[in-house]
Amino acid sequence: MTSDTKLKATSRRAFLKASLAAGGTLAGAGMARAGDPLITEVQPWAQGFGDPVDATPYGLPIRFESDAVRRNVPWLTADPISSINFTPIHALDGTITPQGCAFERHHSGAIELAKPDYRLMINGMVDKPLVFSYEDLERFPRENHVYFLECAANTGMEWAGAQLNGAQFTHGMIHNMEYTGVSLRTLLEEAGYDTSAKWIYVEGADASSNGRSIPMEKALDDVIVAFKANGEALRKEHGYPVRLVVPGWEGNLWIKWLRRIEVTDQPVESREETSKYTDVLADGTARKFTWVMDAKSVVTSPSPQAPITHGPGPLVITGMAWSGHGRITRVDVSKDGGKTWETARLAREGENKALTRFYLDTEWDGSEMLLQSRAIDETGYVQPTKAQLREVRGLNSVYHNNCIQTWWVKPTGEAENVEVS
Amino acid sequence: PAVAGPFGLGRVAEPDEIAAWNLDVSPDGTGLPDGSGSVADGEQIFSDNCASCHGEFAEGLGNWPKLAGGDGTLANVDPVKTVGSYWPYLSTTWDYVNRSMPFGNAQSLSADDVYAITAYILYSNFLVDDDFVLSRENFTEVEMPNVGGFIPDDRPESEYAHWRVEPCMTDCKGVVEITMKATVLDVTPQESTD
Repeated sequence: MTSDTKLKATSRRAFLKASLAAGGTLAGAGMARAGDPLITEVQPWAQGFGDPVDATPYGLPIRFESDAVRRNVPWLTADPISSINFTPIHALDGTITPQGCAFERHHSGAIELAKPDYRLMINGMVDKPLVFSYEDLERFPRENHVYFLECAANTGMEWAGAQLNGAQFTHGMIHNMEYTGVSLRTLLEEAGYDTSAKWIYVEGADASSNGRSIPMEKALDDVIVAFKANGEALRKEHGYPVRLVVPGWEGNLWIKWLRRIEVTDQPVESREETSKYTDVLADGTARKFTWVMDAKSVVTSPSPQAPITHGPGPLVITGMAWSGHGRITRVDVSKDGGKTWETARLAREGENKALTRFYLDTEWDGSEMLLQSRAIDETGYVQPTKAQLREVRGLNSVYHNNCIQTWWVKPTGEAENVEVS
Repeated sequence: PAVAGPFGLGRVAEPDEIAAWNLDVSPDGTGLPDGSGSVADGEQIFSDNCASCHGEFAEGLGNWPKLAGGDGTLANVDPVKTVGSYWPYLSTTWDYVNRSMPFGNAQSLSADDVYAITAYILYSNFLVDDDFVLSRENFTEVEMPNVGGFIPDDRPESEYAHWRVEPCMTDCKGVVEITMKATVLDVTPQESTD
């Protein structure tokens, strides 16, 4: 198409659109309606070429999806190096988080560590302290599993009240990926761990080191030393080339750029398990070693960043649920702030310690709703309200806020983060 | 008793390699190297390396962490959690400063520097006198005020035992009113339209 004909086509479409708008207002007066020019007009994409196959060796989402990106909240932290950003869960569906918009939490930035420079040490109470190269790790038998990683601080800003207006900000410190790697048990056995040892201490190659203590029972159970996520190498910001995967447990334990595993007889009581990741109760004492992430859910649409724009009629209410204790067995949804509940449909049977997608296919009559979701896991644990959590813990726990979230959906279709009585 | 490794992968770690990376220090002092440092030396080293973020008195500047103060505030509406008011073990201070501080220039301090800085942080929290010298030998004699302030995770008893019950489905409560709105605070970053 020459630029001249393109111009003509454009102006003709513009004219038809204007006619359509005019026709629309006149339709009630019995005038004939013009057809949709997106159908009646030959569109450029139906006529000319799209991009060639050599245009994009590794692609990014189409530009119209620019809303589905990580966002940060500058006032949350002193600087953007030891900080957090948020997965755009309001814009996603299904369960697998695209790595490119999966949230980040660093304590001294996302470091660049090449595979040839990578070393993993196992030392301490072992027969033989060992050093592995990246290539060594790829020669051990592998497994792969899908697990959620939720930051211990997810929803932490909401303890004292409704604060941030969007599911991305209130619940987006989470991602869910399919990991490939070597079971930690295999590596510990290779080094000949002392079976009387009670703990391991794990740390990363970055300046923060993020050292954490993990009881040996968990280390031998389902922890993975992972090098692939969602089919490809880990992203730099997610620990390339190797991270720890600690299913069901708080994200801080999922050590990125993993460089050392020490077998010990006591916890190190490192900064990340004393000053941080300890949960202050109302009386001023604090829980420590609160590793498991309890059952939790959130409605992702409608939500403040995903308002209803289509008016009354059929409405898909959707969200995600997860539990560090195992599988999600049920999700209930309330439209009236918890007075009455309907059981939602799970897109698939809940998977162990992984995100589960739920849907409630409903009719919206255009009146306001107070939307809530309530997850139940295979242990029978029912996701609590914020009031229930506060009754036990007070307001200053910072971490592990798995309360039921409320969205106030207004007759306009807009939604807001609220608390209800 | 140990488990034999069947794959023969990896190689034995050399002693100097283990020494270079195995830096963690435990509450009983395991992992501490030889060395010592005084409050007076620590004051100077802290001023040169730490005070630009943490303040000359470890009180914290701007949003940067406060390392001192906050005694007795843990049950308050806004607890101030510092090394003095909250941290249970001195080992953590030594270990974290040694491995991860100063922010942006980690692992640049000598063992004596870290002993001195740790002594100064104790002094800033009014836990030692200004002539105090911290060393590997006297390290475990220092007891932190909040050492008894932590309990292991008790959710199984305090929460799970009560919340594993079939939930209400209908007529679960009377009037439902909105008690708090996020837009009142208005602190959510606005999405840019470019």
